[in-house]
Amino acid sequence: MRVKSQGDLMTTRVAAEQLIRVQNLRKLFPVEKGLFRRSRSFIHAVDDVSFEIQADDTLGLVGESGCGKTTTGKLLVRLLVPTSGRMYLNGRDIATIPALGLKQFHRQVQMIFQDPYESLNPRLTIFDIVAEPLKVQRIGTVMEREVRVAEMLEMVGLAPAESFLFRYPHELSGGQRQRVAIARAMIINPRFIVADEPTSMLDVSIRTGVMKLMKDLQKEFSISYLYITHDLAVARYMCDRIAVMYLGKIVEMGPTEDVIQSPLHPYTQALISAVPIPDPTLKRQPIQLKGDVPSPIDPKPRCRFYDRCPIATEHCNTHDHPPLEDKGGGHYVACYEV
Amino acid sequence: MNLLEVRDLTMHYRTKKGDVSAVDRVSLTLKQGEALGLVGESGCGKSSLAITLLRLLPENAQIRGGHVFYRCKDLLKLPEEEARWYERAGVIKEDHVDLLKLPERHMRKVRWKGISMVFQAAMNSLNPVYRVSEQIVEAMQTHNGVGTPEARKRVAELFELVGLNPNRMDQYPHEYSGGMRQRAVIAMALACDPSLIIADEPTTALDVIVQDRILNKLDEIRHQLNMSVIYISHDIAVIAEVSDKVGIMYAGKLVEMGPTEVIFKRPRHPYTAALMSAFPSIRGEKHELTIVPGEPPNLLQPPSGCRFHPRCPHATAICQEQVPQLQPFGEEHYAACWNPVQR
Amino acid sequence: MAAIAQRHYEAPWRAKLRLFLRGLSINWELFKESRVGLIGLAIIVFYGLLSLSYPILMATIWDHEIYNPVSGYDPVVVQQGGQHPAPPSARHWLGTDQHGRDVFSQLAYSARSEFFLGVMAALITVIIGTLIAAASAYYGGFVDTFFMRVADVAVLFPVIAFLIVLSAMFDLTLYSLAVVLGLIYGFGSITIVLKSQALTIKVKPYIEAAKVSGGSSFHIIFTHIIPNLLPLSFLYMMFNVTNAIFTEAVLSFFGLINIQMSWGMMVELANIGGYLTGEAVTRYWWLFFPAATSITALCAAFYFVGRGMDEIVNPRLRKI
Repeated sequence: MRVKSQGDLMTTRVAAEQLIRVQNLRKLFPVEKGLFRRSRSFIHAVDDVSFEIQADDTLGLVGESGCGKTTTGKLLVRLLVPTSGRMYLNGRDIATIPALGLKQFHRQVQMIFQDPYESLNPRLTIFDIVAEPLKVQRIGTVMEREVRVAEMLEMVGLAPAESFLFRYPHELSGGQRQRVAIARAMIINPRFIVADEPTSMLDVSIRTGVMKLMKDLQKEFSISYLYITHDLAVARYMCDRIAVMYLGKIVEMGPTEDVIQSPLHPYTQALISAVPIPDPTLKRQPIQLKGDVPSPIDPKPRCRFYDRCPIATEHCNTHDHPPLEDKGGGHYVACYEV
Repeated sequence: MNLLEVRDLTMHYRTKKGDVSAVDRVSLTLKQGEALGLVGESGCGKSSLAITLLRLLPENAQIRGGHVFYRCKDLLKLPEEEARWYERAGVIKEDHVDLLKLPERHMRKVRWKGISMVFQAAMNSLNPVYRVSEQIVEAMQTHNGVGTPEARKRVAELFELVGLNPNRMDQYPHEYSGGMRQRAVIAMALACDPSLIIADEPTTALDVIVQDRILNKLDEIRHQLNMSVIYISHDIAVIAEVSDKVGIMYAGKLVEMGPTEVIFKRPRHPYTAALMSAFPSIRGEKHELTIVPGEPPNLLQPPSGCRFHPRCPHATAICQEQVPQLQPFGEEHYAACWNPVQR
Repeated sequence: MAAIAQRHYEAPWRAKLRLFLRGLSINWELFKESRVGLIGLAIIVFYGLLSLSYPILMATIWDHEIYNPVSGYDPVVVQQGGQHPAPPSARHWLGTDQHGRDVFSQLAYSARSEFFLGVMAALITVIIGTLIAAASAYYGGFVDTFFMRVADVAVLFPVIAFLIVLSAMFDLTLYSLAVVLGLIYGFGSITIVLKSQALTIKVKPYIEAAKVSGGSSFHIIFTHIIPNLLPLSFLYMMFNVTNAIFTEAVLSFFGLINIQMSWGMMVELANIGGYLTGEAVTRYWWLFFPAATSITALCAAFYFVGRGMDEIVNPRLRKI
């Protein structure tokens, strides 16, 4: 059965090295206004977002809660349908796949969720959980799936597989559960995985192991990740490139070290300056921002960061949100004043 | 003399499957105005330690021994005769009171006025049907018995102190953002002028920018009021920034304790060292993160000897057999390890 | 890799059987903690044995002519100078009714139909309720609105009045009563309760994970939503058994069901004979007391078992 599933992938594997391309992606959620009136207000969760992910690469999507990073992830695995914009996987349009075609699409794209306590059905055994993608995709017989699941469990560090196959999630620790979730996402050899804060609920000593596992499996199976996180330090460790989101917009994007060492956008600068450092001898100089994150409902046609920006000018107020511009070396910034 | 002295504190949870040794012979001291950071992973007993100090324990918890001496004799305002009786019974020593032996009716005075606590996810602990000011006034009145206008004036002061606009004190909690609610909870904890605040994961659910503001504010208030704070967190970066000294807990044990800089620069316990090098940072060279093998132990049957020995790279035969005691490694720096890290 | 592939693992069906049995024993341990649950179970076992005793006694020591619950008659009592209804004796453990039939035999015979009716009606209720709840929670929109309005109607439905009319129009047997009760209750309040539970399951990330795996709606409803609803469904089934038995008792008391013998009917017979008035109530207690007590006891028993199961289903009620 493995031959069959890999045969499907062989055709795609030779294709362009640009695996994911997202253009002007937008997702608006209507705000409930009343029972009979149609809503005229919208939450701009993801607003005109464009990015690319190369094959075998990891793009980190960083931002505060409510900035639209999880929505972006869910759009890419088609848990949500975009309002407008284009998404391509290997050059194939994935934004408009009809419901019936999604099953085939999900052989190539998977997702890992944040909470390992909620993302595994408590009534299923580990075998059933990990075998689920194979089962719904009708790959192999029960006995073949069992061998495949056992292999996968040992690959994610749950060895010997015999002692994990027929246990329930509640018998496992948080780290072990997240490994099960990773095994489930990897078992059908996807090309692309959206990982939504996969380590944020794990303890430090467990977290490192899971992060290393994800990197090792990426090499082994040549997978691309969209790694969603609020933790810049984790993003620095996991990602080749980072995109910083603020209120549904990507404000800065570039190679990880460039963005973290020399952030250009005032929001990125403030964000990075606020991250505590595990070294008491280093003193940070935090950049203070005014106020709180404004409401994402029908934002005004100006720079999204205008209210809080320390360097804003009248130009930023009178013009629409600035476009992402390459400032050299693939380091993109959306700001008029940089 | 210290503000707080904890000696050999031991606390178990009784469950159907047996006793869980959540806090095991923990000793620590805290001076007036000092900030102590307690670090450890979930289930290491750091939160259990905090609620044991305040005796806010669930029904199945059992304190098995130890003392918690806290400087609060004046606070209790005991009649002379009763005070003398407690002194003879060993409950009161000079200015210090052993909180574990104090009757519940006196203990009530110590909470809020002596020691107050900001709980984990405290921002969700505000009652949604009452105005924020009402909740703080009520807390103040039950403990101090002040009049309402006076209490409201104090609430306004507290709002200023924690960086909230006093004009918003009569709003409901849902009108506040997460960060504002957390500030309001801190204001409430400060309401009765405690000399010690225990902050259990005070910023865990908040975004970095808000977290940074709140930690700064707390630190500022601490210096301003010469208060002591015990920060409890799993995030060593947060602890590194706000604490004067750090205690590392593992599986119910305090394994290392010392001034923050020493702990971060020259950790002696292998667990502390592993924790430090497993933590990614956005500053400095990007270093390889080390993996601590295995999982934290099941406290129903804690490992024999040193509780870290099954995961420890330096473990030897003695680690399995004998429990290491805290040993001095420098000024105020202690670690409990048979084979401390040499560096 | 090849070495791993050659390893043999426990067959999934066998492992699942093992886990199922283990689950049963764990749940039994928890159920044992509940005193009401055990009392309820004891009562159910008692009536179970009682209904079993009927065919056994009939096949061994009882004479068909005398002990048949419907057509039997004991001439010996009259020959010995007594009269029907006769008080309890060694010959008739719970005495006889006014037609000379053995009350114990009637009680034991009826127990079986009570069980059948109660369990059958409750099963139909729960199957319908669970399916509708899962579907309306998962699909939402029109499906949800439609079934919730149906539930509103079913909740407000005058069940007894409806059944009285129905019994006038059709020949209401035990089977048809079980189906009708199952349908009415199945579309009613149980769907609302189970739906609210299903809504909390629907938003769990494992449902999203199943969607990302390519799982169809059918797959998600049957592998993820329904198995997580079942504990609660089973609990409500216990409460519905109580409902069904009560309704049957009321209807057969009014003689509206085409049934040969039931506990409700036994009470009705005592009533028709005028034994439920004045001094007769205490003098001829065996005519109604065993039957009336049995209705109450069996209904209470299923309710008690439900309460006992509640502690397994809702772990927060469990003592530490």
